[in-house]
Amino acid sequence: MPETTSNIIELAGVGKNFGNIHALSDVSISVRSSEVSCILGDNGAGKSTLIKIISGLHQHSTGTYKVDGKAVKFASPRDALDRGIATVYQDLALVPLMPVWRNFFLGSELTSGFWPFRKLRAEEMRTTADAELRQMGIQVPDINQQVNTLSGGQRQVLAIARAIHFGARVLILDEPTAALGVKQAGVVLKYISAARDAGLGVIFITHNPHHAFMVGDHFTILKQGTVDLSAPRAELTLDDLTHHMAGGAELEALEHELSRMEAPDVGAVHELHEHRMGETK
Amino acid sequence: MTRVPTPAEPASPPHNAAASAPDSVPSSRVAKRSLSRRFLNRPEVGSLMGAVAVFVLFMAIAEPFRSLDAFTTVLYASSTIGIMAVAVSLLMIGGEFDLSAGVGVVTSALAAAMFAFQFSTNVWIGVAVALALSLTIGFVNGLIVVKTKLPSFLVTLAMFMMLQGLNLAVTRAVTGSVSTQSIANMDGFGSAQAIFATNVSIGEFSVRITVLWWILFVALATWILLRTKVGNWIYAAGGNPDAARAVGVPVNFTKIGLFMSVGFMAWFVGMHQLFRFNTVQSGEGVGNELLFIAACVIGGCALMGGWGTAIGAAIGALIFGMTRMGIVFAGWNADLFMFFIGATLLVATVLNLWVRLRTARR
Repeated sequence: MPETTSNIIELAGVGKNFGNIHALSDVSISVRSSEVSCILGDNGAGKSTLIKIISGLHQHSTGTYKVDGKAVKFASPRDALDRGIATVYQDLALVPLMPVWRNFFLGSELTSGFWPFRKLRAEEMRTTADAELRQMGIQVPDINQQVNTLSGGQRQVLAIARAIHFGARVLILDEPTAALGVKQAGVVLKYISAARDAGLGVIFITHNPHHAFMVGDHFTILKQGTVDLSAPRAELTLDDLTHHMAGGAELEALEHELSRMEAPDVGAVHELHEHRMGETK
Repeated sequence: MTRVPTPAEPASPPHNAAASAPDSVPSSRVAKRSLSRRFLNRPEVGSLMGAVAVFVLFMAIAEPFRSLDAFTTVLYASSTIGIMAVAVSLLMIGGEFDLSAGVGVVTSALAAAMFAFQFSTNVWIGVAVALALSLTIGFVNGLIVVKTKLPSFLVTLAMFMMLQGLNLAVTRAVTGSVSTQSIANMDGFGSAQAIFATNVSIGEFSVRITVLWWILFVALATWILLRTKVGNWIYAAGGNPDAARAVGVPVNFTKIGLFMSVGFMAWFVGMHQLFRFNTVQSGEGVGNELLFIAACVIGGCALMGGWGTAIGAAIGALIFGMTRMGIVFAGWNADLFMFFIGATLLVATVLNLWVRLRTARR
């Protein structure tokens, strides 16, 4: 890693209430450039509320949200984008029947000439899109092919490459590996680390500790709207992470309870118990 | 449950080994798409094959079809549907319908004729009023569709019926009959006719000016679709409006603009009819909206939007023109026209579907 720069994004004690429901309380995370910060959590842990605050869809109720050291309150995702905070959502915002290069530049087309005759700089857009995708390490056989001929992983990478090209400094990736097969997830993880190596800060939201551990530099586990664990990579092992994610202490209690309940019938549960114990060692 | 045996080195997950494999595999698979396959995947291909088939059919069976005169007649018959189909195809690619397009043509012509006649103005004033009215109808259609998010099928069906009723009622109230008075000897008629309805001679070959306008409009629409920002927006607005919005495409603006361009073309065709026949029948135009849509669908426009070309719609219109005139030249019962159009529509859509299924999968 080149330099240990200051935080681009810093949330301190951030909370969000919807009426009398505390969706998030006292969450602190930070993201530097060239760092992948993973946010893990079960369904309903507050992951999406947190992304929505960072990406400008929601405003936080308590705490401070600083970008480049300055406290902010975003009114819309546009404000976040203007500061280089780009979100790649699960649906990716791609148009399936349009060619790759048109999708890449959709909404930010390059044009030349003046009004009634203003036309697309199509050739330049094709070569730029192709070069950007190559730089990210994916090669589409034909930049003119439709997006619906790409695999799920390639689409994901296209969306990431597009965000980077249009000036993102921080990428927020919402469950990018959730709907993918093993290989495709591997491709996406590779590009996450490529984005990190290119100097971006990445916030990687996932519920898969294995995926997170392969690329993460810092891990935050959310549970019921609060931070359950926040630790840099050096202080953790994959097993710690899996253990915490799976519910940690609660799961142990449950296991204990189950083994007691089914005590007369020994068999399966006991074996499972021993098996698990063996694994964690 | 995929267990990772040893947590990989964080900075370098299986860089070359695992990750380049899934990349190179599809690329070698996709590379097989040959040039002919890529050609077959064009939206217009089905209609082009259909047009050739219809052409060959009538060339074979109808002696008079083979003359140059017959060809210009066919082109003229195609152009009046084709000009509307240009705008309707853009609208369909943008993901919407306009069922009011057929009667909208008549509304525009009636407005121009009655305004100019009743106020005894230069006919160009009436033409301008009709243009304003047609653009307003398009704007209202578009505004209601984007604001209410109702299907455009319903909104423009309502507009269709309202215009149909108004055409009849207002014409009868103003002129006391079902058609407008002739405006043939009013100021400006000659110059307007020269623009909208004259014959143009190219060499020894005389053709209605609408054919030239049609070609111009198709070229313009194709240029817009393929070479401008707005064209990108039209495909995106029809293909995935939410995604388009998320990346900053003004989807509502685009859709309203498309409805207004249908209004513009309705005005143009309305003016052609007015200056060709001098009077307008208030009950006409009903049913034509479906012909425009059929021409676009034969030309490869998807009903759900996001797919199609203006050239395809032009070929669809050409099939209509050839069929309409071919039946006459072949001496068949002209009542069969609709039957043939229906059969063509069915064959073309099945063919399009088949071609797409064969080629879309790599």
